[in-house]
Amino acid sequence: MSASVVCAREVEGLNQTTPGIVTRKLSRRFGSVEAVVDLDLNIPQGEIYGFLGPNGAGKSTTTQMLCTLLRPSSGEGRVAGCDINTETAKLRLRIGATLQDTALDEKLTGRETLTYQGRFYGLSRAAIRRRIEEVSPILEVSALDRRVGTYSGGMKRRLDVAASLIHNPSILFLDEPTTGLDPMSRAEVWAQVRRLNSTFGVTIFLTTQYLEEADALADRVGIMDEGRLRAEGTPEELKRSIGSDVISVKVGDRPTAQATEALSGLAGVAGVEFRGGEVTVACVDGAAAISPVAVALAATDLQVMEISLHKPTLDDVFLHLTGRRIQQEGMEAGSVVEDAPAGTITDDGQTSAGAHGHP
Amino acid sequence: MSDHRDSEEIRARPIGFWRDVQSVSSRAVRLLPRDLAMLLPALVVPVFFYAVTIGALQVLAADVADGLDYKAFQMPVALLTTVTGLSRAPSLVMDIQGGYFYRLLLSPLNRWALLLGMLVADVVVFIGLSVPVLAFGVGVGVRFSTGFAGALVLTLLTALWGLMFTGFPYAIALRTGNPTAVNNSFLLFFPFVFLTPAWLPREAMTGWLSAVATWNPVTHILEGMRTLFVDWDGLAMLKTLAAILGVGLVSQALAFSALSKRARR
Repeated sequence: MSASVVCAREVEGLNQTTPGIVTRKLSRRFGSVEAVVDLDLNIPQGEIYGFLGPNGAGKSTTTQMLCTLLRPSSGEGRVAGCDINTETAKLRLRIGATLQDTALDEKLTGRETLTYQGRFYGLSRAAIRRRIEEVSPILEVSALDRRVGTYSGGMKRRLDVAASLIHNPSILFLDEPTTGLDPMSRAEVWAQVRRLNSTFGVTIFLTTQYLEEADALADRVGIMDEGRLRAEGTPEELKRSIGSDVISVKVGDRPTAQATEALSGLAGVAGVEFRGGEVTVACVDGAAAISPVAVALAATDLQVMEISLHKPTLDDVFLHLTGRRIQQEGMEAGSVVEDAPAGTITDDGQTSAGAHGHP
Repeated sequence: MSDHRDSEEIRARPIGFWRDVQSVSSRAVRLLPRDLAMLLPALVVPVFFYAVTIGALQVLAADVADGLDYKAFQMPVALLTTVTGLSRAPSLVMDIQGGYFYRLLLSPLNRWALLLGMLVADVVVFIGLSVPVLAFGVGVGVRFSTGFAGALVLTLLTALWGLMFTGFPYAIALRTGNPTAVNNSFLLFFPFVFLTPAWLPREAMTGWLSAVATWNPVTHILEGMRTLFVDWDGLAMLKTLAAILGVGLVSQALAFSALSKRARR
């Protein structure tokens, strides 16, 4: 019986078989601010879990609690079979973590960085050499004998990830690994994350504020907002939860009740949401619904600026759940677009508040 | 894939407290040659002031204290000036600001080893800087009646004092994570080293300075060190050690308390 399974069986209430990540009602408070509230996670070994949310959603606080850097205010959790409150030393041996900012000593060379990291984790010299040989090509860490201070941002990030892997952890935490990277470096990191998961079987807990990153990489996504897990599922499940297609309409004025009622009454329309100058129509068959939607809007006094049909994105899911968009073109990722109080008109024509529970 | 399967045998394991200290100190010592910009002034400035002080005050001091070997008298001041306030604290601040400190906290390293490892590197620096300063003194005519053993004890006392004083800059580094605050910790050096019989024997001092010097632990350290040029004096050595360890107790308590706070989850 492995040590991790023994650890897992010591606490009731948590999943007793998974060696991945399990939390129950995990919370962290900073004074009067509730950074994370009653978080329940169940992430099996080998999964890439995307933890998505805007700045301040509680993603990094959660990561820090799971990595033993921060003590939870309440609740419990197990990572790699170890209790995050009481088995911190054992837990640290089993995880690797790359925090939001690269954590490197610029005066060391890349090879020295990896070697010291190996020593800190008790690896022998031979084991360190072997791990450097294994990890470096996979992460494309070149120029190992140059000082880290001379590396580009992308190279530093890759070395940072390599340093987190040197001791062969079973779980890797990546806290916004591509923030601040150019698109090419970002694509490289994505490819590396996939390789790490497929080649080493490493469970990856990936926090991100980039919707496309969560969509492209994660087996499952948890959407965080204001410290709470709003929804969880595969990207496809989450997107399907708001309809097969989405028609977005940008209008010059705020939608009137008359307009939204006209749209919600159309056949094939699953739901209508509005915020500020945008109407979002969820429908089963967008191609069939777009003409009736356009005709219905033309009959109102709204000035239609743009109408588009697209498959739902995680941003649409976030909008559906919180009444806000997580980002929009031209804005920094992670920004939340605050707007007029969001509302939803369901297909029975009733208006409700924007925030919802799990779909 | 076979290579990766092989790596499954490689697992992290705790290596024990002393190996943790060794790992952290190894990194700190390796970085020393890359921090020469910080170390060179620490060597040059005390030697310069030693030479200037001898040149300016040697004759006057002879008038005040008959038969005083002023070159030997000033040697402990030069040594203490070299090591007091010098530490790897600025490097620690860079680790904190650059995030590397948090990588260390994420590792299974013993928390105390994070600081003790740096202290080991500090001892290497203190001995490395004390030897050339002492050699300069010998070169200009300083002699030890206690011989090589006396010179060795003087070097070790210098290193021990330097080590005990490092608690102050480390405490500031760990509390603030601010390089300016750490640099300003140098100000502590002035009252410690100069409100003492640094320039003249205590008997020649008067007024408030004499009173303050009596209570300054560095006075007893300087006086104990000076006996090594003349003869072995067990009581003076005990007072010196007590003064060094007394300051060390306070400063290192502050430093380790700050470390606990910084590492607290």
